[in-house]
Order: sequence, then structure tokens, then C-alpha cells
Amino acid sequence: MPDLAATIKNSKVRCYQYRMRILDISQKVSALHMAPAFSCLEIVDCIYNVLMQDHTDHALRDVFIMSKGHGCMAQFVVLEDKGILPKKDLDEFGKDGGRLGAHPDYGLPGIEASTGSLGHGLSLAVGMAYADKMKKQTNKTYCVISDGELQEGSTWEAILMASTLELNNLIVFVDNNDFISIGRTSESHPHFYPLLEKFSAFGWEVYEVDGHDTKQLYETATNRLNNKPCVIIGKTVKGKGVSYMENQPVWHYRSPSSEEYKIAMTELEGSLAS
Amino acid sequence: MRNTFANTLYEYAKDDPRIITVAADISPAGSMAKLRNDKPEQFINVGVAEQSMIGICAGLALKGCRPFAYTIATFALYRPFEMVRVDLCYQNLPVTIIGMGCGLVYSGLGGTHHAQEDIAIAGALPNMTIISPCDPLETAEATKYCAVESMSPVYLRIGKAGEPKITENAVDPFKVGKIRYIQKGDDICIISYGLMVQKALNITKKLEQQGMSVSVVSNHTLKPIDREGISGVLNSHNTVIVMEEHVPSGSLSSQVKNIAWDIQADTTLLTFTLQDDFIHYYGSHDALLAKHGISEECILNKIINNEQVSVRAI
Repeated sequence: MPDLAATIKNSKVRCYQYRMRILDISQKVSALHMAPAFSCLEIVDCIYNVLMQDHTDHALRDVFIMSKGHGCMAQFVVLEDKGILPKKDLDEFGKDGGRLGAHPDYGLPGIEASTGSLGHGLSLAVGMAYADKMKKQTNKTYCVISDGELQEGSTWEAILMASTLELNNLIVFVDNNDFISIGRTSESHPHFYPLLEKFSAFGWEVYEVDGHDTKQLYETATNRLNNKPCVIIGKTVKGKGVSYMENQPVWHYRSPSSEEYKIAMTELEGSLAS
Repeated sequence: MRNTFANTLYEYAKDDPRIITVAADISPAGSMAKLRNDKPEQFINVGVAEQSMIGICAGLALKGCRPFAYTIATFALYRPFEMVRVDLCYQNLPVTIIGMGCGLVYSGLGGTHHAQEDIAIAGALPNMTIISPCDPLETAEATKYCAVESMSPVYLRIGKAGEPKITENAVDPFKVGKIRYIQKGDDICIISYGLMVQKALNITKKLEQQGMSVSVVSNHTLKPIDREGISGVLNSHNTVIVMEEHVPSGSLSSQVKNIAWDIQADTTLLTFTLQDDFIHYYGSHDALLAKHGISEECILNKIINNEQVSVRAI
């Protein structure tokens, strides 16, 4: 059993390695939603490497739904690191005949649902959490949604049902980078915020943390009151870790050039050393 | 049909906790109310929220359940279409969508409640099965299939309450994916599904009074279509008639025409469908069918005169 404190502390190294791996893959394809993946990387790392409990009985395992399917590079590199997704699959990302592309496909190792169309994942997670609760299981369903998905009516349908069904086994992380693909949400939709009060009014237990701080993410998820569905709004930076990508909409989808790649690698190495 | 569906579902659900009904604010009458009372954990009312109805069904199915999404046909299929496509069909999950009041059954509720193109829409989706039973007996068989056997999404069209049993003495048994002769004749064969099969039998009686020998087929499974069975019908009757409560696009009629072309069938083929038009008036179910030229009387006259139904804008 790895030491929990060490696992949390090592998140910085793991996420550095994950960003490097995503950058390497980016040099083989023209586009791969890099900034959305960098935005939620610490959250996804925390869920898989710190929070989720596996179980010898497959039905009793914790489940993770990547509702913001376009952030799946974060999921793929973690699953590769955990030995669930073969390296070969990531090496063939986006290639003719490859199994991995810009959104996750249900049925591949570690992928619990097909996502990519926004506003679907939370309803799936509600159904899964309800099935577990009905069977009186204690395992949990984790779900990452983008803040853009909070513009989908279907997401609010699911938010209302999660509290109606008293799903205290459902833990949702919002990757709150304040960007949809074409710009800042706070500028395009001034009444999008506050989020905390909106969730609270819908009957959820709500927290707001630094979405790149693994210790905060972990402690919030494990110290919740546990009598309602829980949402942890992670304040994040789109493109986190590479200065020229941060908060720049153009990096929603495109891959860096070889020169840009070198700059990114240098910056990441520098941040690891600091 | 509606009561038979609920009764049958209750019988399977009471012994199988995997069967969960996810309803979107449709009145749980009869056995559905009993299910809600006896097994409350197996009955979820999402309210007026059809997108989450389908998504939650998908999540339940991902955990090994066998959910039924239950509401009025237009809201079960049209409103959450992308959830049906992605969550159910793309992931190929055993979820049954119950479309209550298929076709023009909700005639008095207006065009917003008419499911007149549902087979075309559901039929375009890979992995989807479409079943449209013609009476309570077929409804029970179809519900059993969805509760126990299906391994993929099903769109199950249900009419209303009070339809008579018309397949008690059918020639063939009910089998999903296979057409079924209700009666066999030599000259004419009428192929239909859903509520129109009753009308086909009414027309048949009148044709028989004129000395014709008539087959009647319930084509309850619209997808996958029984090409072999329909080919057999086309090859063994001088006249084949398709009558249905659906727009021409994506209809059974269009599929039978495709098959007839493919096998170069040597038969007269008459098709009777709703017109390619919305309906902006109210009245009885039969009145709406008559407006689109597919009342029993209209179809009978066309058959006797061996002419295709005319298309007239309403």
C-alpha cells in the first residue's frame, strides 16, 4: 500500500510527466485538445491516483466518468501510467486504425463511457451512482465536468436529479477554467457565476478549491459531510503549465510546432525544479 | 396496450431488481402505479427532464441494469435524440425506450404530440431495434423481450388503452425480427404494424366479402427488417399492400419497395402512409387518418380500384 502523503506529494512529478507525455504525442498529430487536458490534469490525477479505490469484485470498484470528453488526453496518460491502457494505444493516438482519438470510447480499457458531446456525462454518472446505491454498495462515482457543460440544460437536469435521489456517493469536479472554446465565460455570460450558490440551491454539498492543488482536492473530497451529492469546483487555468498556452483560446485544440514544443518542455522542466 | 405493457413489466420487475423504470412525468396508471408503490426504488420519476431520463437509463445500464425510459413517444425520442444516439445506441446498451401514443394516437393534443416520423428517426440509428406491437398480446411478448432478452437499445411503440386482442389465432408465433402472418390467403397480402393492423383486418373482411383471399401480416419489428419474410410475401401474392401511420420517409412502405426492387418482385405493390406534412387540426384519431387519405374506407376503395393513394396537401 503506497503511502498516501507521498502519493499526494508526488502528484507534482506525475503531472509533470503526464504533461510531457501529452506534449510528445502532440508532435505526431495536428490537434489533440491539449489546453483542456492541462486544465484538469491535477483533478484527474487526484481521482485516479489518490481517491479511487479498486476492488477485486469488478462491480464494487469506484468509477470515473470523464464528462468533458475533450479533456481525455489527461485520462489517457493516467490510464497508461497505471498500466490500464497499453502504451501502443497512445503511440497510435489519432493514427489510421488507432483506438484512441480526441474523445474517449466506451469499451476501451479503463473507459467507462463514451463522451465528447457535452452535457451527457453527469446523467450517466447519476444513473451509475443510483445503481450502486440501490444495491447498497459503498463504492463511489467520480465525474469531471467542464464549466462549459454548465451551460447545457441537460447538466442541470442531472444536477437536480442527483440531489433528488440523494446520491451522496457521487462526487463531481468542475474544471472551472472560465473558458469555453472561443473565449472567457465570465465575459460572454456575465451571470454564469456564482457557481457555488447555484449548486447549493440545487441541494448539493459544494466546495471551491484550487484545481491544481492535489492536497486541497483530496482533503475536500474526503472530508465532505457525505449526506448529499458533492461538487468540488476546481479553479483552474486552461493550458496550465505552459505560459503561452495559458488562457489562450487558440490552444483549445491545436498542437504546438516543434519550436513551441521545445519552449513548453523547457518551461515544464523549470517548473518541476522550482 | 398501455395496461398490458404495465402489467407485463410489473410481472418481470417485481422479481428482477435490474428492471428500473425511469419515467418523465407521465401518469403512472394501473400496474405502473403498483410498481411505483411496491418497488419505489425501481421507479424513478425525473420529472419534465427527458434528456436526463435517457442519460440516467444509460448509466443504469452501464451498471448492469435493464432500464425502461417511459413517456410520450415524441418526448421519449425526439427531445432527447442525441442522448438516444450517443448514450444508448453508440454505446449499444440494453435500454428500452417506451414511446406512448405512437403515430397520431394523441390526435386531440395536436402536432406537438404526433409521433408521425418516429420510425424514420429511430430507424436511422445503428444498434437500434424498433418494435410496434399490434395488440395487447404482442405488447406482452414485446415487453417480455425487452425485459429479459434484448442486448441492445429498443424503441417500443405503444398505442393507447383498450385495443382488442387480434392475434389470438395468428398463424405464426411472435418472434422479434420476423414478420408474422395473422391469417393466410392467396391473392392479396396486407402488411402493417401497430394500430393499423386492426384496420387491415377490418378492410380484409370487406375484401373477403367480395370474394378475395387475403393474407394479413403483422410486421411488428421495423428494425431489423425481415427481408426474407417480406420477400416471401412479395413472391407469393399478386397484390401486396402496406398500410401504416407514418410519413413516407423512412417508412415500412419505403423498405418494402426497396426489397421489391432488390428481388425484382413480380407483384402489384400499393402503399398507404401519412403524407409528408404536419397536421394543424384536431379531432379523433380516425378523422386525422382520413384527412391524410388512410382511413379504412379510403384504403379499401383504393385497393378495389387498384390505385395508389393520392398525395394531397392539407
